[in-house]
Amino acid sequence: MVNLMEMPTVAVNPNPPPKTSDPSVSRTAPAAETTKGIIGIEDLDFAFGTNKVLHDINLEIPARAVTAFIGPSGCGKTTLLRCLNRMNDLIDDARITKGSIQIEGIDINDPHIDVVDLRRNVGMVFQKSNPFPKSIYDNIAYGLRIAGISKRSLIDEAVEKSLRSAALWDEVKDRMHVSGYGLSGGQQQRLCIARALAVEPEIVLMDEPCSALDPIATAKVEELIRQLKTRYTIVIVTHNMQQAGRVSDQTAFFYLGRLIEFSDTRKMFSNPAQRQTEDYITGRFG
Amino acid sequence: MKAAAPNAFRTRVLQRGAFWVFRFATYFIIACASYVFLDIGIKGSRTVFTTTPPFINVAFLSERPQTLYVFDFEGKKETLGDQDFRKWKAAHPDAVVEPATVAYSAGGIWPCIVGTALLVVGSMTLALAIGISSAIYLSEYSRSGPWIRLIRIAILNLAGVPSIVFGLFGFGLFVIFFGWNVSLLAGWFTLGLMILPAIITASEESLRAVPQGLREGSLALGATKWQTIRKNVLPYALPGILTSSILGIARVAGETAPIMFTAAYAMRDEMPWQVNRVTDFVFQGVMALPYHIYVVSSKIPQNEYTERVQYGAAMIFLVLVMLIALTSIVLRERSRSRLSW
Repeated sequence: MVNLMEMPTVAVNPNPPPKTSDPSVSRTAPAAETTKGIIGIEDLDFAFGTNKVLHDINLEIPARAVTAFIGPSGCGKTTLLRCLNRMNDLIDDARITKGSIQIEGIDINDPHIDVVDLRRNVGMVFQKSNPFPKSIYDNIAYGLRIAGISKRSLIDEAVEKSLRSAALWDEVKDRMHVSGYGLSGGQQQRLCIARALAVEPEIVLMDEPCSALDPIATAKVEELIRQLKTRYTIVIVTHNMQQAGRVSDQTAFFYLGRLIEFSDTRKMFSNPAQRQTEDYITGRFG
Repeated sequence: MKAAAPNAFRTRVLQRGAFWVFRFATYFIIACASYVFLDIGIKGSRTVFTTTPPFINVAFLSERPQTLYVFDFEGKKETLGDQDFRKWKAAHPDAVVEPATVAYSAGGIWPCIVGTALLVVGSMTLALAIGISSAIYLSEYSRSGPWIRLIRIAILNLAGVPSIVFGLFGFGLFVIFFGWNVSLLAGWFTLGLMILPAIITASEESLRAVPQGLREGSLALGATKWQTIRKNVLPYALPGILTSSILGIARVAGETAPIMFTAAYAMRDEMPWQVNRVTDFVFQGVMALPYHIYVVSSKIPQNEYTERVQYGAAMIFLVLVMLIALTSIVLRERSRSRLSW
């Protein structure tokens, strides 16, 4: 495991220099309409040990929009998502073998990048909701406290703001100091979203956030995602194609570790460019 | 109806037989436990409790061991401790008696209680500090590989070393080579090393039982690895670590072999705090309960006067270990209730 603490601290430059690399259509995603994205993935190969799981991924993810990653199980979509905040650093032998990922023009795998700054800027919501065994308030305040904010009024303010953003405030405002585990499954997942928002990231990664939720809770989270995209760049991995259709602006379809197609969601679902995409979307396989 | 199988009788006998074997084995444990606790409880309470207020034998708990003097005087049998015998002699300057003496069988066991407490506190502090640190390293930082496998084999082997070997090792390294002599420090290190494998193994298990999602959730919020461990892993593993340390305490308090060469004196007149310099504190030997029980049970000639201290010390010892365990349980419940699962 990479020792995160020993890395030199270099703040992510908020105003990146203009990038010279060619942002045009990638080789594996012929239908992509690329504008200059906030996240740029170039020629990315990724392997667990000797097992190569991502091949030659090229992708530009636009800012202030929802981008969905779809594809059958094992296609590498979650792995790619976890590359974006370097969560794969936690896994032994997992590494990028080729290519680069740039966020706001900065290579996030550069040895001088402080992964702590990166993760503060790129929040994450997990498949299995994972509230900490603390009170609702302390769950939200956790990210602020570890960032060194100890002023009570600031934390109070941020807790309320992020709970309101996650549409959870009205449900929990009278029981801020009971355990996060006392909430329902859907509320727990929204608590995790609020927790991620509290540290004010630019980008929020969501790894199948609704897979353990019932349709009503799912609808609430989807509504929330639609609201959040005005302020955040959201990348969501989902198994559920209807969900991708409902919430996302752009969709990337992965199959066996390759990006098959990346385009506007409406276009992909009505008129996919690739045969494999069409087969998957219409349910012929996957 | 089907005819009975030809070996139905045999099957039934085996079935009943197996049931009774298992049942007997289980009840046998209860019988043994009851015998041990009742024997020590009944005989020990003759020493520990009194019939007059405050009903507890304060002298036994607060005095040092003394030699018992037994003699006949004017047709009456007198049993007096060392100090009382001197007073009696002063009061009866003309009396000529030839008392029989029984070592350590008068007075109390106060220095042994203090010594055992010091040994337990020091060695557990040492073992928990080293043990939790290395458990954190093994569970949170290390990557699997031949080096880590070697470390695990070393831990397993250390756990299998008999306690008398630890005693000899401690004697050779700490007492002789480091020149610490028979001292608290040598005892702490010997006992601490003895209990270390159990603490490491249990702590690592407790750490691994903390869901990975909590670590990922914390790291994803921009926490460093150490912040994650300190705030979001260790607090949840602590109840489990404390549970394992209860067993560690009982073992550290109870072992005689590791301390008999390294830390324990059969008899010492000064209390541990009666030292000339503060730095001498850790370099002094102490009396300890298990070693004292060993001494009064096998190192002095046995007679009807020796049983008093043997059983009294054994009972106090059991009560002491129970109290320490109780404290750990309370601590564990406290740290558990602070979490809201």
